[in-house]
Parts: sequence; structure tokens; C-alpha cells
Amino acid sequence: MDATNGRLAIQSTDNRVAPGEGKPGVSVISRGFGGREDRPGRAVPPGQYLTDDFPVLSAGPTPHIDTDDWRLDVRDVDGSTTSLTWAQLMALPSEEVTVDLHCVTRWSKHDTVWRGVSIDTILEDSESEAEYALIRSYGDYSTNLPLEDLLDGKAWIAFEYDGDDLPAEHGGPARLLVPHLYLWKSAKWVNAIELRNDDEPGFWETLGYHEYGDPWLEQRYIGD
Amino acid sequence: MDSQDLDRTRDGNALAGDLSAVFTPEMTAAQVTCAGCGATSAMAEGVAYTQGPGTVLRCRFCQHVLARIVRARQSLWMEFQGIAALQVAPADA
Amino acid sequence: MQGTREATSQTPAAPRRTPSRWLRARILETRMETRSARTLVLDVPGWDGHDAGQHVDVRLTAPDGYTAQRSYSIASAATADELEITVQKVSGGEVSPYLVETAAVGDEFELRGPVGGWFRWRAVDDGPISLIGGGSGIVPLMAMIRAREQAGAMTPFHLTYSARTPDHLFYAHELYRAAEADPNLQVVYAFTRAGIASDIRRPGRLTSNDIAAIAGSNGAPARTFICGPNGFVESATQLLLDAGHAASSIRTERFGPSGG
Repeated sequence: MDATNGRLAIQSTDNRVAPGEGKPGVSVISRGFGGREDRPGRAVPPGQYLTDDFPVLSAGPTPHIDTDDWRLDVRDVDGSTTSLTWAQLMALPSEEVTVDLHCVTRWSKHDTVWRGVSIDTILEDSESEAEYALIRSYGDYSTNLPLEDLLDGKAWIAFEYDGDDLPAEHGGPARLLVPHLYLWKSAKWVNAIELRNDDEPGFWETLGYHEYGDPWLEQRYIGD
Repeated sequence: MDSQDLDRTRDGNALAGDLSAVFTPEMTAAQVTCAGCGATSAMAEGVAYTQGPGTVLRCRFCQHVLARIVRARQSLWMEFQGIAALQVAPADA
Repeated sequence: MQGTREATSQTPAAPRRTPSRWLRARILETRMETRSARTLVLDVPGWDGHDAGQHVDVRLTAPDGYTAQRSYSIASAATADELEITVQKVSGGEVSPYLVETAAVGDEFELRGPVGGWFRWRAVDDGPISLIGGGSGIVPLMAMIRAREQAGAMTPFHLTYSARTPDHLFYAHELYRAAEADPNLQVVYAFTRAGIASDIRRPGRLTSNDIAAIAGSNGAPARTFICGPNGFVESATQLLLDAGHAASSIRTERFGPSGG
């Protein structure tokens, strides 16, 4: 079912100050808790903590897609669709990139290494004038972002992580990678790129998460 | 659901705390009918994905999304589009 | 089939204060249940009791404002201003290592509850009751056993407690004494890795024989509570269904891979 159908999201507003929401002195501090050590070096965006792990977070069961069946559909505003098979994806020029990841659940991971095909290459033959993209995944996940945030070397269809095939739990066989935004925009198990004139909210954007998601401006939630 | 998914999920009992902040009757004991497959079971018996940006409760039989909850600063966002019907004992019964 | 006396004055009657506010909890006492699991006795001013089987959400806040939250089953019977939780350390976890190894008497955190309306037992409920616990899944079941004793209830209880070895048992002495003292409380251990030399049952996961032994004692249970890791709950549930137990008689609580 399309999670963006009929927005019946109920919003309940709590006027109490939530302890721990950046207001020291209000909350009960647990002595000795706080395994997040400060590390010297490159900064992380506000509210983020560095980790060496690569947590697996998801909203549903892990899809297991055979590369024989894998498709990446690119749909344009006029309804036309081009479909890329795995063989076709593999035939495109790919590049190795090293990027930092910032998850809205507050962990950041520096210097992650991926191999992928740039979205510039995927959309090379497209003359779309669409302003926005809605990314769909196998399963029922989706996320939205401005088309320009997918272009000019800012995004990839990534199929290798850390030198190996991208594992299913991290979005394999292929995921979107758009590291300048919070990681929920880097849709795992990417299946389609829908080019649109309107900014249609995706899975989390319909339920309080920010339509854009710049970690450096801490755009976690709507209204931030 | 593969075995790793099984390890990463809990059941609908995990929603009790957040829902208790909003609803007066205890909601995880409510019988919910899945809009996807029509199965009816207690909300507590759903499959809960709690480790992402929000909590997603799915039907244990067909994996359809029953409900989602997001804690966003001072608000709680919820949607229950996947619940076709919900039966609960009201607080005034 | 049912034998209960009236709840004693120690069992608060529902309804209670709204469970949604965060309360301050302070550690009064700690005791290790096993090498990696610890019971925390908590002073929680304003706590006015709970039903056995319910849980609390625990929230820790670091000095820099970072917070982490987990749910833990309440281990104790209801008492005003106090409750116990038993925490199993999950290696690599964020909250459980703190609660099991770092936190000390006098330390504080926040707590919300009691929550949970599905997985709970009250002394007025029909029996007999079957409890099936895997690993740290014993915690809410122990709350039920303690609540039953506190209420002076005579509801027949049968506990099947699956643990890796006798060293992995929580509440071992208390369970032994309680079962010895009360013919209506039966406790059966099902060790999965290694038991005691004189055990008749071979170590291993629960089988249909273990399930059959439950009905053999008191007749078919009116309700069965199963708690533990996901896989344990799934297979125990299936064994019960295969043995003809009604799905509606089964209540489950899944902890995730290692029980909280």
C-alpha cells in the first residue's frame, strides 16, 4: 500500500519539555552513562555522534532481489519510463567514492567506501525538466528530494560497500546513495526514480520528517 | 522475513509506552484488523520495527504496515491507515 | 479449575495514575542473578503498582544530553513507590551494559509505566496458567509468580523455564523454594545446552514432549504466557498450536534476539 495515500497522519502535540532534548539541567542525568566519547578530528553535524559500527535500521523485512530480476525504472513527468537491468547497470561507468554518512537517528560514520554509478550517468539521456524526484524501493519504502540534489556528482546508485557486494541488510543489490542529506534519503533496495513536478512526500516525510534533510542545518523534522 | 530480520524486530508490546502517552485505554491489547489481508489479532502480536527513524508495526501474517509512530521533538506523529478496524475496551466501560 | 482468594490489600486496584509521565527512579539495591544479569531494586516515588507481566520504559540521559531508551519487564509484585527489574547484559548494547555493570546504588534514571495490556496476569484471571520462558523471558513470568504469592492465590501455575545451563537461571533459589512450598506451583527446567547429570530430560530446545507435559499436570491451561527471544517464542507458539492449544489462549511477548 502506498504510504503517501490520503494523509491521515495524526499529530499529537506535547507541550512538556522532553528531557534530553538539548536542555541540560531539566533531565535526570544518569551518572556514568554516555558511551559516546569525544574524538578529535573532523566535526560531525549538530546532534550527531560518531560510530565505528554500521547499524542496520529498517522499516520492514529485508527484500531479497535476484539481480536477474532487478530493475531500476526511471519515470518522467510525461509518463515515459526507461528500465535498467542489472547487466545494463554493470555496463555503465562506475566510480569508487568515500563519503561520510549521517543518520537521523544520530549516528554518523566517516569515510565509508562505496562503488556506484553516478545518477548523472543514469539520467544522462533524460531531458526532464522535473524539479523533484520520488525514489521508490522494493518493499513499500519511498523518499523524496529535489532533482538537483541527485545531480552534479552528489548521488549514486551504489552496489558495493567496503569493497564487497552490497549486502541485502544494507540495501543490496543496489541502493541510492546521497550522502549530503540524512541517510533516510539514501533509499535501500532502490527500484525506481520518479521525476515529478511536485514534491511528493515519501515514507518518513509523511510522518513528521523534513522534506529536505540537510544534516548540517539539522533538518530532522518538519519545521526545523 | 529472514532470520536476521527476526532478530531485529520485537512485537507490538513495544508500542505500549508511546501509545500510553496519547490514548487512555491500553492500546496494545486492542484487536486490530489488517487492511491488507483482513486478519484480526491483538496489536501486541504485530511485528514491530523499532530501530529506525520511527516505529513501524506490521501485520504478522502479510507484513502490511498497520501503524507508524514518530517521535519528533515535541510531537508524536502517528498513522493507522493499515488498520481497517480497531476494537478496544473503552476507559469508561 | 480455579482457586483464588481475594486480592490482599497490598495489591492496588486499577485504575491507576496515568502511566505516561516519566518518573525518577533511584537504585536502592542491586543483586546479580547470573554473571551477566542483574536485578535492580528501584525507588520510584509516585509508583502505585502494576500488573504482573507489564513493563517499563527506561530512559538514560548522558551529561551531554544524549538519550537512550529501552523497555524492561517488571520483575516484582506490585508495591507502592518501588519496583524491580532484571536486566540481561547484551554485549555491545548501549543501555544494558550500563545497567548491569556501571550503575550503582544511588544512581538515577527515568522510567515510564507500567505499560502493556496484553501480556499480563491478574489474580482474578481464570486458571490453570502455563508459563513458558526462554532465557531472560523469565522476568515477567517471575512477576506473575510473585504476584500470585502476594495475592495468596491458589491458581495452578506451571512454569517451563528454558535456559542454556543451570548457571543461566535467574531466581533459581526462589523458584526452588516456592515450588517446594506450594503444590499448585510446578516448575520444570528445560536446559538447552547442558543440565544436571541426573536430569531425565536431554539438553536441547523445547519439543512437543515438553509441551505435552504441561497439560499432563493440571489439564489444558486456560491461558499460556510465552516470553523470550523472538525465535524461542515463535517455536514455542508453534508447538502449542501443533498440540491443539487454541491460539486465543496464547499470549506472547518477544524481546528481540537476546531478551532486552
